[in-house]
Amino acid sequence: MMASSYNAKEEDGHITVSGPGTLKSKKPDNTAFKQQRLPAWQPILTAGTVLPAFFVIGLLFIPIGIGLYVTSNNIKEFEIDYTGTEPSSPCYNCSVNFSWNSSRPCSCSLPFTLEQPFESNVFVYYGLSNFYQNHRRYVKSRDDSQLNGNVDSLKSPSKECEPYAHSDDKPIAPCGAIANSMFNDTLELFFMDPNGTRIQIPLTKRGIAWWTDKHVKFRNPGGDNPNLTSVFQGTSKPVNWHRPVSELDSDPENNGFVNEDFIVWMRTAALPTFRKLYRIVQKKSHLVPTLPSGNYTLEVVYNYPVRSFDGRKRMILSTISWMGGKNPFLGLAYITVGAVCFLLGVVLLVIHHKYGSRNNSADIPN
Amino acid sequence: MIIDTPTSPITSGLPLFFVITVTAIKQGYEDWLRHKADNSVNQCPVHEVQHGKVVRKQSRKIRVGDVMLIKENETFPCDLILLSSSRDDGTCFVTTASLDGESSHKTYYAVQDTKAYTTEEEVDSIKAVIECEQPQPDLYKFVGRVNIYMDNEPVARPLGSENLLLRGATLKNTAYIYAVAIYTGMETKMALNYQTKTQKRSAVEKSMNAYLVVYLCILIGKAFINTVLKYVWQADPNQDEPWYNNRTDAEKERHIVIRAFTDFLAYMVLFNYIIPVSMYVTVEMQKFLGSYFIMWDDDMYDKELGESAVVNTSDLNEELGQVEYVFTDKTGTLTENNMEFIECCVDGHVYVPQAICNGQVMPGSDTMDMIDSSPGPRARVTEELFFRALCLCHTVQVKEEETVDGIKHGLHSGRPSSFYISSSPDEVALVEGMKRLGYTYLRLKDSHMEILNREDQVERFELLEVLTFDSVRRRMSVIVRASTGEVYLFCKGADSSIFPRVVSGKVEEVKDRVEHNAVEGLRTLCVAYRALTPEQYEETYKLLNEARLALHDRDRRLAEAYDQIETQLVLLGATAVEDRLQEEAADTVESLHQAGMKVWVLTGDKMETAAATCYASKLFRRGTRVLELTTKRTEEQSLHDALFDLSRTVLRPHRDPSGLGLDPDPVSGLSGECSDFGLIIDGATLSAVLQPGQEASSAGDYKEIFLEICRNCSAVLCCRMAPLQKAQIVKLIKASKEHPITLAIGDGANDVSMILEAHVGIGIMGKEGRQAARNSDYAIPKFKHLKKMLLVHGHYYYIRISELVQYFFYKNVCFIFPQFLYQFFCGFSQQPLYDTAYLTLYNISFTSLPILLYSLMEQHINIDILRKDPTLYRDISKNCLLRWPIFIYWTLLGVYDAMVMFFGAYFLFDNTTFTSNGQMFGNWTFGTLVFTVLVFTVTFKLVLDTHYWTWINHFVIWGSLIFFVVFSLLWGGIIWPFLNYQRMYYVFMQMLSSGPAWLSIILLITAGLLPDVLKKVICRALWPTTTERIQVPRPQPGPATPAFIQRHHQGCVPNLVVSLYV
Repeated sequence: MMASSYNAKEEDGHITVSGPGTLKSKKPDNTAFKQQRLPAWQPILTAGTVLPAFFVIGLLFIPIGIGLYVTSNNIKEFEIDYTGTEPSSPCYNCSVNFSWNSSRPCSCSLPFTLEQPFESNVFVYYGLSNFYQNHRRYVKSRDDSQLNGNVDSLKSPSKECEPYAHSDDKPIAPCGAIANSMFNDTLELFFMDPNGTRIQIPLTKRGIAWWTDKHVKFRNPGGDNPNLTSVFQGTSKPVNWHRPVSELDSDPENNGFVNEDFIVWMRTAALPTFRKLYRIVQKKSHLVPTLPSGNYTLEVVYNYPVRSFDGRKRMILSTISWMGGKNPFLGLAYITVGAVCFLLGVVLLVIHHKYGSRNNSADIPN
Repeated sequence: MIIDTPTSPITSGLPLFFVITVTAIKQGYEDWLRHKADNSVNQCPVHEVQHGKVVRKQSRKIRVGDVMLIKENETFPCDLILLSSSRDDGTCFVTTASLDGESSHKTYYAVQDTKAYTTEEEVDSIKAVIECEQPQPDLYKFVGRVNIYMDNEPVARPLGSENLLLRGATLKNTAYIYAVAIYTGMETKMALNYQTKTQKRSAVEKSMNAYLVVYLCILIGKAFINTVLKYVWQADPNQDEPWYNNRTDAEKERHIVIRAFTDFLAYMVLFNYIIPVSMYVTVEMQKFLGSYFIMWDDDMYDKELGESAVVNTSDLNEELGQVEYVFTDKTGTLTENNMEFIECCVDGHVYVPQAICNGQVMPGSDTMDMIDSSPGPRARVTEELFFRALCLCHTVQVKEEETVDGIKHGLHSGRPSSFYISSSPDEVALVEGMKRLGYTYLRLKDSHMEILNREDQVERFELLEVLTFDSVRRRMSVIVRASTGEVYLFCKGADSSIFPRVVSGKVEEVKDRVEHNAVEGLRTLCVAYRALTPEQYEETYKLLNEARLALHDRDRRLAEAYDQIETQLVLLGATAVEDRLQEEAADTVESLHQAGMKVWVLTGDKMETAAATCYASKLFRRGTRVLELTTKRTEEQSLHDALFDLSRTVLRPHRDPSGLGLDPDPVSGLSGECSDFGLIIDGATLSAVLQPGQEASSAGDYKEIFLEICRNCSAVLCCRMAPLQKAQIVKLIKASKEHPITLAIGDGANDVSMILEAHVGIGIMGKEGRQAARNSDYAIPKFKHLKKMLLVHGHYYYIRISELVQYFFYKNVCFIFPQFLYQFFCGFSQQPLYDTAYLTLYNISFTSLPILLYSLMEQHINIDILRKDPTLYRDISKNCLLRWPIFIYWTLLGVYDAMVMFFGAYFLFDNTTFTSNGQMFGNWTFGTLVFTVLVFTVTFKLVLDTHYWTWINHFVIWGSLIFFVVFSLLWGGIIWPFLNYQRMYYVFMQMLSSGPAWLSIILLITAGLLPDVLKKVICRALWPTTTERIQVPRPQPGPATPAFIQRHHQGCVPNLVVSLYV
């Protein structure tokens, strides 16, 4: 297109410019690049060359898969649903009688039994189902610069936060739908000693959020000012919150925007059924399992309504290996792909032997 | 109404902006060049005579009627009528090299009555009125009249094309001229000849657009499905607006129809990447940059001409790989158009000049060899007359200087100081031949032609009239007066136009010789003369003058006059000039045949000569059964019967497979047909075939039957063709029902129409000027270069661009389909899966360069093998890499890969953690995981397809992967102050810190590539194409025998060898 338009002009007989179509240097350079003769590696995918790769993949993937699968199976996981949808459920009353305005928190306790002891650190998760944290309107409903401690954004939150940006003509801190809907059930675990005593299991609430989130991405406004109440002066708490952001935790290191429960919640989940890290049960000694087998009670302060959108709430206890939580999928997938590769390798071997020679002979003229 | 876009306007806009910017820069650059060129033309200074003085002004200010002064080597700024020149005889020499490429100097004549006015003052005193016809584009036709007022008495003089100096031509060998402007600006003949070249589009582009429509439908379909599903899903108000996720009041107030519509648009925005906008830029860059490889090709460089191939249109590179019909000109294309005088025959005696060496005469070789016994004294008279006739009857000019710019004839005569120049190479050959036989044409001086005869005496003949050559009469004549006072008319022309006008002479002997020579493939001309009495001459003169003065129908009247004058001739003899085949022409034609192309020769030459050339160039083989459809035949049989006879002959083998034996000549099977047919048709018959007949029913039939016959012929020779007929033939084939891709190749102005008509037009930078080369899409120095052009470059470009197109669609399916799937898991809320930066840069930088480089560098087979084995060309015929099944395969592969990526990540994320510290990942990590797998899978897919790994490929492929990783690290490594969100902060690094993420990336890439590898390997093992067989290095490097020989079917009909001309 380009060259032709030059030429239309060139018919004038006046033109002096040279487009790409009219190279002035007539004799082309004899370089390997220009002659398209650069030295090159010319691999060809044939049954013969691919075969070893298939076997190697098969032989690598199957052991990896088995390893992953075994690791995953060794992980202990316990899950209990405390939504309280059935009337028999201990939390039924709390879920039915839920009201935003009730001043008195509703509590319920669920007994459960761990058949096997949980060794090493145990991670306590809460799980929500049918909760669309990945809804577009929800995902964007936050102000990252406010969360980063920007004072201007604190006073005038981004309009992405609407309709959770202002309440009573005061800016909401933290603004947005995500912050407003922060999970606020309190979960407590009690070990029911066979001798009848109830021992509360100590739960660590530090180390549940990404280090970078806690230390870089989320910052309280006002720098190191420990008096968060004054820092958040002039802002309003999110509508659904019971306490302002400055009273999330008594520990000043874990209060305000850098509260780890808050940070965990602010990392929106990818799928509508998700779990979030709630607490960690630290391993105490090598002799005693972190959670010995036996009877336990889960004490729930029921603040978070999910029934209106058919959601479910769960509490999950899980141990962790190097590859994370229980997930048989990866191991099985590795085994499957490895096995398929191996099988295909065999099939290709047959094809190669049967047809490989035929192809070569076909080229010999009769 | 504000549409709430799921991605920021920048995200969607940036790629588009990028595309537009690149295009704009290119177009702007072109425009700037054009502007510069325009300026240089418009402001170029010219000299005008005003009130007896010479004034300089800009060329754009010239008005009709201005008297201009043009100096030597200046270009005419407009169409001018020559008034006077510095030469006494009122002539001037002009080269029209930039107009039609003819480098010869043409002579133009001043108006007789004004040629004496040679100073500004004198010219200024002329009073005259010029009448001329409306501007018309024919360069060689002009009629006008000038009324010169001398002493208030108007004298009318005719004006013809010999007085008209065309804009664009250059004044040569003349110090200065005065001329008056008659057509200016856009009314000049050259401007009227601007051909608005219709944009040619390649088949690839057409399939590309078809795919695009499909993808547009997919896009709209996806958006529509999602919108519908969204509203179905949202029917429950708790799904639509749960307590944790309320709408703003403004959104709530919006009407549901508007909401649905904005949702639909939002989906369109989200999925718009499936339409690969950047593909157009990449395709354009690929074509533009790729065409340099053609220009750079050393094999297509011709030392003699000092030219390499020229690409005028890079849009058609890949079309070179799709050619099914090749229409070639004969003279100058198949043959060299380097004429060589072979022999002459006077009254049956044959004269052959000795010592011919590549068209150059060895010094001291002016002897002649007579084959026949020496002629008697009467014959001697005829002989001398014959030689003189040839020395006089021509329009050759003698160029004295040694340096003649632009002339590559290489005609070194015995004396290096003089050249013969003519627009017709035949004439030069004849005059050169005469020189070798002892008669040297010296010059034309003062209307006297001077000849140096065998006794070294100068003979002078007064040139009275020139009856110029035209292609209708196919002859030319001169009327000369010898020094003795006798007036002769010498006429030379094609045998068919001379013999009917001959009244005496040894017609039979000459005819025999002419036929003999024609069969040998020589170009023959017959020479005749007529002695004119003074009265006859007077009559002739009057006749001619009357015709010349006519303002209307001058051409017709001139033709009539010529017709009357050129009668009652006495045959002198005939000449034979050889037009040698271009080097490797036969090999090239053979290769084209083997590559499955049908080669047609379209020539204006006569049948016997053309047929001989066809045999010499292996267009027709020994085994070819030649069918004739010529006037000779249609005289005997009606056209109807002839056509039906032929079609029966041609079609019989297909209907009657009970062959009588085996094909005696396996090579003829190369054409793909069982037996090899060749067809000869001439112009007259062709126009009868194409003519819409009186009976409306049969007209279409003839065309169809003719096409049916042609389809079954591997070679067709069309002789006696007019230029326009050439284009008609091309058009006919183009419009036939298979819509084959046609290529026309030619070197002369008469080929321009067909070059413009064909899908791909190739010009040869030949002797007959540059017009063909200029109007072509590609210009090559020699016919043999066509082989590499098609078999190597065409093949490569086709492979490259088809992969480019398919790959682009594939990678965008891979890109967008996960996003589509994600909608099912995010409440149909148009949540993008990937981060903005990824959405923007995916097509611009992460995956753009590898495919571009692939499409420039890929060589699936070695150049040499491609050249050696033309049959490989069949593997890509009929646009086979862009057919629907292949397109669907790529799309399905894309969908499969997208599913693997999305659901792989989905199950991995499904309600579990995959870090060793128990922390959870969010939706952006999910998207980043999918995206990482995506970039690697898509790049590795290209890795699998690349057969030619130069360091550049390595650099770009691994480089772009590294770039992706580095970019991701950087993008997530910093709190970017200018962004209002920090959602990618540390996401990529956190992902990389997790072992299962690594494992799943490896797994998903493997799983994604597996089916394609499998398909490739199995197809290659079980149903290999010829290409694939060639690619596998064989243990014994035997001759690359075409594999299609095995494809021969039984039932081939024996090849009836009808050797007509062998």
